[in-house]
Amino acid sequence: MVDFLMPSLGADMEAGTLVEWLVKPGDWIKRGDVVAVVETQKGAIEIETFQAGQVEKILIGLNSKVPVGTPLAQIRTEAAAVAPPPVPPVAPPVRPVVPPTVVVPPVSPPAPPRPPLAVAKASPAARRLAQERGIDLSMIRGSGPEGAITYADVEQWPGVAAAVPPGVPAEKKRAIGLDLDAMRVAIAAAMARSKREIPHYYLEHRIDVTACEQWLAQRNETRPPESRLLMATLTIKAVALAVHRFPAFNGFYRDSKFEPSKAVHVGTAIAIRGGGLAAPALHDTDQLPLDELMGRMRDLIQRTRTGRIRSSEISDSTITVSSLGERGVEALYGVIYPPQVAIVGFGKVVTRPWVVDGAIGPRSVVAITLSADHRVSDGHAGALFLAEIGKLLTEPGKL
Amino acid sequence: MSAIDIRKVIQEELNNIAPEADIASVDPVADLREAIDIDSMDFLNFIIAIHRRLGVDIPEIDYPKLGTLNGAFAYIDAKLEAQAR
Repeated sequence: MVDFLMPSLGADMEAGTLVEWLVKPGDWIKRGDVVAVVETQKGAIEIETFQAGQVEKILIGLNSKVPVGTPLAQIRTEAAAVAPPPVPPVAPPVRPVVPPTVVVPPVSPPAPPRPPLAVAKASPAARRLAQERGIDLSMIRGSGPEGAITYADVEQWPGVAAAVPPGVPAEKKRAIGLDLDAMRVAIAAAMARSKREIPHYYLEHRIDVTACEQWLAQRNETRPPESRLLMATLTIKAVALAVHRFPAFNGFYRDSKFEPSKAVHVGTAIAIRGGGLAAPALHDTDQLPLDELMGRMRDLIQRTRTGRIRSSEISDSTITVSSLGERGVEALYGVIYPPQVAIVGFGKVVTRPWVVDGAIGPRSVVAITLSADHRVSDGHAGALFLAEIGKLLTEPGKL
Repeated sequence: MSAIDIRKVIQEELNNIAPEADIASVDPVADLREAIDIDSMDFLNFIIAIHRRLGVDIPEIDYPKLGTLNGAFAYIDAKLEAQAR
């Protein structure tokens, strides 16, 4: 039996409010399943379990605010629930007598686990909205992955628009779970800590991305809109691949030392309408084919903007990428998100006179910047890292 | 599909992307990306939604034609008309 604890989702988090349980006692869960939703400064976060097994008991009720580390539920681990208990190697030392019913596993194996979270074919935000508006979810056909019902599906459900009284201020329509004031406090805490503790150094490199634009135009030409890629898909993948050769930019600085990470989870800076910012992780970015990466990006951006980030996405990023897109300015210098050690910035793509093969011509140019932690790396390595990203972007077909 | 319906679909889909924006009051000739602060992912989602709801395929090369409310309406209207013939 293990306890499922209120997780820490960042150094600045002290407590969280449990706002939704997605499981009940007796449910089977597997590693990575979303089991609860917790309201934090960063918004409503879907909390995943790292333990597989059967939910034994729910310990904390809805809308309770509890400190980080508080047991929220008990999970009977798979081993304990299914397999016989390990035979004690020697006679156990004197132990308090335990009623046998507690340690003896069920005699017959439990029924095969039903698909976990079969009820969760709707996102928490969607379910909450449906509850608020008195909509029966079974009436709605979901447009999300595997037919999951999304917040937008519920919002667009016929009759809903009429149910919202006219003249409701726009603010009221903002997604549940996104408190921008609280988010600002969290950003301030993380960035102040970064500037206090991390000796940043900064580099900038300009690269020609005409090849990327041409490749994208050609590839997207024959595809329906939902299969098209964006420039950001290429730049994020290039960064993820570049850290393979430059591991000093991928990992965490903790307890006065650098812990490089084998996995590459690129945190993607996402602007939130109305003024907010989050940088949740795209897990195993380096392993994802571009199409899949694009799908994950679209999903992550949508969930972030509607306040539905998962706990692992908050805490797992090993490096961050911030892209300004098509508008804005030519270069940005990011502030490292602790305990990470680097952030790569992409400015907007601009057309500039450029020399190619001895002749000047108009080319699409972008400024890549690096802010990195001097406790871990130096400008020399940083320069090579940026150059590597630029080199990878000259051959987009290989990303 | 009537002109009013097309405008309504455009408005609804933009509202899904920018819930706080009052699309009705946006200048119909203003740059949409500036007027309601949408990025390339938002814009792609708009194109996807129009494709899904109206069956209008919008190739990437035509994106600039949908840069304003009036432009988007004129483009989609013409496409629907062409498809109907």
